[in-house]
Amino acid sequence: MANLIIEAVITGILTGGVYALMSSGLTLIFGVMEIINIAQGALVILGAYLSFWLQDNFHIDILVGLLITMPIMFMLGLLIEVAFIRPLKRNRTMLSILVTFAIAMIIEGVLTRQAGATYVQLNAWYVTASFKIGGFYLPYIYIFGFLLSVVLLSGLYVLLYRTKFGYSLRASMQNRTAAELIGIDVERVSAITFGIGVALAAAGGVAFGATNLFNPNSHYDLISRLLVIIVLGGLGSLRGALVASVALLVIGDVTAVVWSPVWSSTVFFMILVITLLVRPQGLFGQLEGRKQ
Amino acid sequence: MKIIRIALLILLLAAFIAFPLVFSDPAITEVAVFTLFFAAAASGWNIFSGYTGYIALGHAVYFGVGAYAMALLCQDLNIPAGYTPFLLLPVAGLIAAAFAVPLGWIALRTRRHTFVVITIATFFIMQLMAYNLRFITQGSAGLSLPIPFDWSADFFNLPFYYVALAILLLALGTSWWVRNSKYGLGLLAIRDDEDRALGLGVKTGPFKLIAFVLSAFFVGMIGGLHAYFNGSIFPPFAFDALFDVAIALMAFLGGMGTLFGPILGALILVPAQQYLTIISGETGYNLIMYGVLFLVIILLLPQGIIPTLGKMWHKWVARRSIKEIPPAVATTTAQEALVTESTAKKDEVNL
Repeated sequence: MANLIIEAVITGILTGGVYALMSSGLTLIFGVMEIINIAQGALVILGAYLSFWLQDNFHIDILVGLLITMPIMFMLGLLIEVAFIRPLKRNRTMLSILVTFAIAMIIEGVLTRQAGATYVQLNAWYVTASFKIGGFYLPYIYIFGFLLSVVLLSGLYVLLYRTKFGYSLRASMQNRTAAELIGIDVERVSAITFGIGVALAAAGGVAFGATNLFNPNSHYDLISRLLVIIVLGGLGSLRGALVASVALLVIGDVTAVVWSPVWSSTVFFMILVITLLVRPQGLFGQLEGRKQ
Repeated sequence: MKIIRIALLILLLAAFIAFPLVFSDPAITEVAVFTLFFAAAASGWNIFSGYTGYIALGHAVYFGVGAYAMALLCQDLNIPAGYTPFLLLPVAGLIAAAFAVPLGWIALRTRRHTFVVITIATFFIMQLMAYNLRFITQGSAGLSLPIPFDWSADFFNLPFYYVALAILLLALGTSWWVRNSKYGLGLLAIRDDEDRALGLGVKTGPFKLIAFVLSAFFVGMIGGLHAYFNGSIFPPFAFDALFDVAIALMAFLGGMGTLFGPILGALILVPAQQYLTIISGETGYNLIMYGVLFLVIILLLPQGIIPTLGKMWHKWVARRSIKEIPPAVATTTAQEALVTESTAKKDEVNL
């Protein structure tokens, strides 16, 4: 039993890294634009399918394929922001949720047309091969997925804290109006942020698709988890998203071992509810989110 | 003006009552039944979200709770098929409302985006519960309800149609009462500026919770009715994410916070959705087309139909009154324009 729990903790941390990748895009978009991108889950699944097709048709390795899919998804993110999010002038909270939900439906519909409802999984040598650690075998993909998250999140860190664009982005996050006043093109920052968020979703999609069976319908389950993560961490807080991802995945995996897999998602949600009773702004959120 | 409006409403009601008798084709009355289901649910949703501005995207929870309450009541009390199950609908609604008290209390501790996400999270919790609490819900095997076999195919839809119409009228009456009461004024104050409303002495916490519970009651009754109409319930259909968004979109299309907006939205969207499903099947096309429809509506009519029409109407009235009166008495024109504008605004509020 103790062995199983250790295994659950390790896989929880490793998959938590992947969820951090997906949810950091979501929380970043929220931080800059104050919108919740319900389509993030569908975009993760879309990213997974793109890698799947690249591998299927051109025999491109799924991790190498990211060099192609991430730019494509970045452009798609730009397009979505410019075409559908930017025109929303008033009541953005409500409208952006409906718009991104509509986008999620369209993506699900297109994927259902193209791929059907059968479950697939991404494949590569490191998905099937595993190595022995402690008393159990761990597929290499868990390590690779975690490393991918570390690399991309470090890149994101450098981008946010060491470049001029990062300064503009963080300024827009802190105060949109003031950022506009000092000459930052907030609309451009918003579009690029959305693109980055979607590109991160594609990267998360590869790691997700290699460790889970998925079909076009899987995005509901995914977006519910991602939403729980970013709200638990505090909307707009990257640090919160990282901590909450790892915490939730570890707790979920341990629950699956000690109790039963069917309850792991429920425990996920219960922790959110209990946390919010004590801290309505989430773990690292700022209280100003309560102002209306 | 008031008499015309009342006459118009009575005429409209008569049209609703007569509809299934004139168009008695079961295929058509079935669409009409679904339209009324959604119209009533969206009207209920509007009492909370439309008036307070809090967007709840988890009302499928109360739809599902109502549905399961109905199924379990019929099962445990051995209710035969027929007209008796309809009498249980208020009970199903009350059970849903009872669920809404703690869930609403937790969710309403937060605001704006966090509130939206928590309502979504409660939805997923309840859906998982429906799968996992097998000793109550039978899990994914679902529950079945009594089926009235002795109702002929031509007649079957009619009782459901009129019961749904009754629930719709009840929801509409409640919505109208809330809109014209001091309580409703408090809700609107919360929508406009919650902190200021609190400062002015509006008990924002209880006000919001009561509206939330009221809306859950109506959605719960519709859930129960829908379950009886279908004859069986399964977790993914009782707790349907699409339902969450569909009622929001209907209220939004017609006009959030208006009395008739949600009904107008349902009248347009439900037949459209049924039509899309029929012509395209379930192969993903229907999702694409429904999603595109969503996008077009939101981008073209960001305020909803009734507020947009109201604005156009009062612009038109103002322009006409300027034309009619000679420019020599420009001051009175401006005043009259102001008066017509204010009455037009009042009309808008009354809608």
